Amino acid sequence: MQELKFKPKSKIREFLGEKFITLNAFIALLAILLIFVFIFKEAIPIFTDEEIKQEASLDKMTFKQVYYEGREAKFSWQPNSEVPKYSLYPLFLGTIKAAIVAMLFAVPLGVGAAVYSSEFASRRVRELIKPVIETLAAIPSVVLGFFALIVLATIMQNAFGLVFRLNTFVAGVALGLAVIPIVFTVAEDAMTTVPRSLREAAIALGANPWQVSLTMVLPAALPGIAAGVVLGFGRAIGETMIVLMASGNAAIISASFLDSARTFSATIAAELAEVVFGSAHYSVLFFIGALLFIFTFAVNLSGDMILVKLKERMQGKTK
Amino acid sequence: MKKLILTIGIVAMFFGIAMAGNVTIKGSDTLVRLGQRWAEEYMKKHPETVIQVSGGGSGTGIAALLNGATDICEASRDMKEKEYKKAEELGIKPYRASVALDGIAVFLNEKNPVSELNFAQLKGIYTGAITNWKEVGGSDARIILYGRENNSGTYAFFKAHVMDKEDYSDYTQTLPGTAAVVNAVSKDVNGIGYGGIAWAKGVKYAAVSKDEKDKAVLPAMESVSDGTYPISRELYWFFNGVPTGDLKKLLNWALSEEGQKVAAEIDYVPLSKEQAEKNMVK
Repeated sequence: MQELKFKPKSKIREFLGEKFITLNAFIALLAILLIFVFIFKEAIPIFTDEEIKQEASLDKMTFKQVYYEGREAKFSWQPNSEVPKYSLYPLFLGTIKAAIVAMLFAVPLGVGAAVYSSEFASRRVRELIKPVIETLAAIPSVVLGFFALIVLATIMQNAFGLVFRLNTFVAGVALGLAVIPIVFTVAEDAMTTVPRSLREAAIALGANPWQVSLTMVLPAALPGIAAGVVLGFGRAIGETMIVLMASGNAAIISASFLDSARTFSATIAAELAEVVFGSAHYSVLFFIGALLFIFTFAVNLSGDMILVKLKERMQGKTK
Repeated sequence: MKKLILTIGIVAMFFGIAMAGNVTIKGSDTLVRLGQRWAEEYMKKHPETVIQVSGGGSGTGIAALLNGATDICEASRDMKEKEYKKAEELGIKPYRASVALDGIAVFLNEKNPVSELNFAQLKGIYTGAITNWKEVGGSDARIILYGRENNSGTYAFFKAHVMDKEDYSDYTQTLPGTAAVVNAVSKDVNGIGYGGIAWAKGVKYAAVSKDEKDKAVLPAMESVSDGTYPISRELYWFFNGVPTGDLKKLLNWALSEEGQKVAAEIDYVPLSKEQAEKNMVK
C-alpha cells in the first residue's frame, strides 16, 4: 500500500504556524498604525503649543498674511527667515500642478497602451510590451529624477525655449513616467478580466474588433481604468525624489506650468533632516506629512474600493 | 547572553575611563571633516592622545562646551550674546581661536558676459529686486536664481552676510547640495548660484566686491586666505579658558604649517601664515 504523501503533523505545530503568520499580518497593520500615530503626535503642537501657534497656527498656514508692516499680505513659504513664514498654499499649488501634468501625460499613454495590449496586440507583441512597461515601475525614482534633472530639462529648454530649466512641466513629465506603469497595469488587468462571454456575444452580433473594444470592453472595464488613474494620482502626489530633483523647488504662486514648483513631499525631504527638534518648523513639516498621509490613504483606499466593486461585477455578484 | 552584556558593559566602562583623560571635539558640521582629519594626523604623531570628533552643528557644540561635555567646540560662527552670557553664569570662559577659513563663491554660466558683482547687486538679485541681467551690465534676459535648501549653513551665511538677512526671492530654485547648484548653473546661460569655492566645474566665478568703489576680487584660496575676497568667514575652535597641555599642543599643531596643509588638502582655506602664528597659544 502506498504511504500517504501528507502525513498529519502534530496539531501544536500547525497551531503555532498559523498564529505566526497571523502575527506577521498584524505587525504590518500595527506598523502603519504606529506611523500614523507618530506623525500626528509630532504635528499636534501646532494646535496646542502657544509659542508654536504664534509662528504657525492653522490660519497662518492657510490664509494670506501681512508679514511686514506696510507691505502687502501674501502667501509665502520662508521658514528660515527673521519672520518665519509657513504658508502651505504655494506648496499645495506646486503639488497639484505637478500631479496634473503627470496625469495629463500618463493617463492617455497608459490607457492607450493598455487598450492596445489587451485588445489589438498579437500574443508575441503583448508579451514584449507588458513586461517592458512594467519594468518602468522598477526604475528607482531617484534615477528618473536624475534623468529629468540632467537630460530631460535641457532637451525641453532647448526645444521650447523655456525661461526656467527646471520647472513643473519637466517634473510632471518625469513623474508621469513613474505613473504610467500603475495606470497601465491596473487598466490592462481590468480589460483582460472582462468575461469572454461578453466579447463573444458582441462578435456574434457582427461587431468588428474596434466596435467590440470601444462599445463592449472599454465600458465594462471603465471602473478599473478609473481605479488605475486614481492610484496613479496617489503616486503622483506622494512621489518625492523626482520632484525634489526636477521641479526647481521654488515655492511660488503661479498658474503657469512653466514656472518652478515646490511640492509637499519634496519640502519634507529637503528640510526635515536638519530642522531644530520640537520647533515650529518641525511641527509644520510633520503636519504636512500628516496631510500627505491622509490624502494618499484616502486616494488609495478609494482606488482599491473601485477595484473590488469591479471584480464583483465581472463575476456577476452584484445585481 | 548575560555574559555578552557583561562584556559589553566592561568594555564600555573601560573606554569611558580611557576617554576621560583625553580630548573630545564637538560642533559644526562644516568643520567636522577637518576636525577628523586633524585628529587622525595628530594621533599618528601622538599615539598617547585619543581624540574623539563628532558633529551636530555649531549650536550643539557650543551647548556642549557650556555644559562641560566637550573640550573643544567647533563652530562656523561666533557665539551669540546670549551664549556668552550663559557661559558667564556657568563659570565658563570661552576662548576663541580661528583655525581655518571658508569662502563662498558666486557661480555664473561661462557664456554670461557679466563677470563682476558687488554686494548691493547680489542682494538685489537674490531678493528679487533685480530680475534682468541688463540691470547689472549683462544681456537682456531674466536672471534665474539657484540656491541651497533653507537648512544649509551656506544658505544662512549668504543671507546674513550678503543680503542683510532679507528673505530670498520666492523664485529662488533650491537644490540639494553645491554640486547640484553648479550643475544647474553650468547648463543655464542665465543662471546664478552660490556655494563653496572648491566646487566650480563648468561654471565661472564672479569677481565680488563689497562696495561699488572697491576692486572686485575672484575667490581663490589666496584671496580668501588674505581677506581680500569679501564673502568669507572664519571657522573657530572654542575652549574653556586658554588651552593648556594637550589642548594647547593640538591647537598649535593645527595652526602650524603642517596642520594648515592638511586643511588645504581637503579644500578648506588655510589661514595666512601670520594669522595662524598669531592665533597660536604661547
